[in-house]
Amino acid sequence: MILEIKDLYKSFGRTDVLKGVNFSMEEGEVLSILGSSGSGKTTLLRCINFLERADKGQILLDGELLFDAAEEKTAKAKEIRKKQLNFGLVFQDFNLFPQYSVIENVMLAPKLLAKEEPDFKINKNQIYEEIRHNAEEILDRVGLSEKLDNYPCELSGGQKQRVSIARALALKPRILFFDEPTSALDPELTGEILKVIRSLAAQNITMVIVTHEIDFAYSVSDKIIFMSDGVVIESGTPDQVINNASNERTKMFLQKLSEK
Amino acid sequence: MLNVIKRNEFEHMQLINRIIEQFPIVFPALNVGFLQTLKLFAITLVGALPLGLIISFGSMTKFKPISLLTKVVVWIVRGSPLMLQLMIIYYLPGLVGKNIWGGGESGRFIAAAIAFIMNYACYFSEIYRGGIQGVPVGQQEAGQVLGLTKTQVFFKVTLLQMVKRIVPPMSNEIITLVKDTSLARIIALQEIIWAGGAFMKSSHGIQGQIWPLFFTGVYYLAFCGILTLLFGYIEKKLSYFE
Repeated sequence: MILEIKDLYKSFGRTDVLKGVNFSMEEGEVLSILGSSGSGKTTLLRCINFLERADKGQILLDGELLFDAAEEKTAKAKEIRKKQLNFGLVFQDFNLFPQYSVIENVMLAPKLLAKEEPDFKINKNQIYEEIRHNAEEILDRVGLSEKLDNYPCELSGGQKQRVSIARALALKPRILFFDEPTSALDPELTGEILKVIRSLAAQNITMVIVTHEIDFAYSVSDKIIFMSDGVVIESGTPDQVINNASNERTKMFLQKLSEK
Repeated sequence: MLNVIKRNEFEHMQLINRIIEQFPIVFPALNVGFLQTLKLFAITLVGALPLGLIISFGSMTKFKPISLLTKVVVWIVRGSPLMLQLMIIYYLPGLVGKNIWGGGESGRFIAAAIAFIMNYACYFSEIYRGGIQGVPVGQQEAGQVLGLTKTQVFFKVTLLQMVKRIVPPMSNEIITLVKDTSLARIIALQEIIWAGGAFMKSSHGIQGQIWPLFFTGVYYLAFCGILTLLFGYIEKKLSYFE
């Protein structure tokens, strides 16, 4: 089991957003999280990626405890950073760094992390060379080798999102998370993002995708979980969840979507 | 009627002749004053630009006592005239105890510098705060999930975006500062307004002349013009991203 989420709780003030979320996944799997707005999908992703601190619960990576809400709040920033690097997160609204070109966006974090390596000073040029080579290769994989030196403001929404996927991939995360990666895009641009995610799935990259694209989730996922009101109310293979939903709320949600 | 016009013309000629005659004496005296103006301008920037950043962090901190204290200080400094602050800083020590500034120009300059740095740091702090808070939270979060430290996020991600946002309000404030230095005249700092005004009484052997005071405007205009060009250049340099 690469990732295990155990009984995760999170509230903001008096609003309880997560009320005991449980799920797990295997290495190389693609897991999609479905659910209506406000069901806690984004908060769940943010908790796993250390952008929010869960009030209760545990996160296990490879069977080892990565996060335990019961532990001291004063976890060292350095340790959290190290843990965070197991995961990559692709945001709904890209969050590219506007002042950097496409390739600089992808190289920034690897370059800064390389500085912490003990042999950095001696092999600086070689390390930077490798980082650049790696970045070019990843950008080629997402179809952006023509845009290396463009700035984000010169790109379409779909291209921006592809840069942001490349930026996350450059750090070789164990699991790549997507928070509604196509929600900020025009319908005609979602296709190019879904194509990229599909190709990543074909390379056996472990992914967790929060999405509203049911057809896409159905075809790309190994596993789907359905969230409602802060808990997972359905989970299983795409066929089990989409075609044979047992829970009433799942059925209603799916029906509403199919009416669109 | 004709006589009156002739007399006016005659007086104009007289004034122009007088200016031409007195200019070689007035010009160096004004330059000395303008140098003092520039010094006050420069030291205010050197002190207030970093101090303003510290104050803006203070006003944004989650630690309530500090943020409240900073907000009160900013309120007092922005809520009272700079001219009054100059007078209080310069005269108050002498009134309540010892005149720490001495009577000389250097003492007046230090007092003026302190008043200006405090005052402008508070205005700058609000501009910084707007700039920092104007950068979307997503930028910080993106840096964080990419494993950047808080310091790296600030210097590598947020700072330049913040700079871009604050250039227009900053240039406005800095141009205001050029002209505000004239307020130091109130504690007799010998900046250019003081130097020009001195000719109204008597200075360098010239008496009762007001034109040197009016002429100081040319210095301000020229300097502000240069600054406007400079800030325009910076804005253009930063226009490659959004």
